[in-house]
Amino acid sequence: MQVMYFAWVRERIGLPMEEVETQASTVQDLVAELVAREARYEMAFADTSALRVALDQELADFDAPLDGVREVAFFPPMTGG
Amino acid sequence: MIRVQAMPFDPGGELNTFTASVAGAGAVMSFTGLVRDVSGGLSEMEIEHYPGMTEKALGAIRADAMGRWDLADAMIIHRFGALAANEVIMMVATASRHRKDAFEAADFLMDYLKSRAPFWKKEVTKDGADWVAAKDSDEDALTRW
Repeated sequence: MQVMYFAWVRERIGLPMEEVETQASTVQDLVAELVAREARYEMAFADTSALRVALDQELADFDAPLDGVREVAFFPPMTGG
Repeated sequence: MIRVQAMPFDPGGELNTFTASVAGAGAVMSFTGLVRDVSGGLSEMEIEHYPGMTEKALGAIRADAMGRWDLADAMIIHRFGALAANEVIMMVATASRHRKDAFEAADFLMDYLKSRAPFWKKEVTKDGADWVAAKDSDEDALTRW
């Protein structure tokens, strides 16, 4: 699936998007897999309560299932307007 | 109408076009958001967004407003990219038969697009760059609706 990062999450991880091969069944499982990879992911996901997630461009929760999801995006709370 | 663009726009001209398109409406309300130089040393405000999701989220927020109030139309224009202090970031306009619907719907659109549209602001000054943090009060504002 395609995993995207925005704002300071993108800066901490150091890339805007990447293709991730995963068997993770929920967002939380995917986060755990990413965090286990490298320190920069650990730094970006240190406090998931400060993060938001979108699944196929719809806001979702961290316990949401990933069945059939093609695009996951992680970002800080939005500041539009 | 929803528009997400890097290019500057003229809010007065947009408002006139919108007003002309809602013949029969008795009330038109508009809000324009400008870049504030909070620190006094802003060199630019960078606005990042999530192409695709931004348009969907704004469309959903607009549709929600159209369903809740008796509106002839509602529009949202939001910019992204590097903006200077006092530049226009975004505007919303609503049109209705009576003013209350237009006022409330515009207020609702602003509250929702602050916290539910995927935009992020970064303030760049000579001392460095900082992401603007979302305020709890912005999230709390949604409970009004």
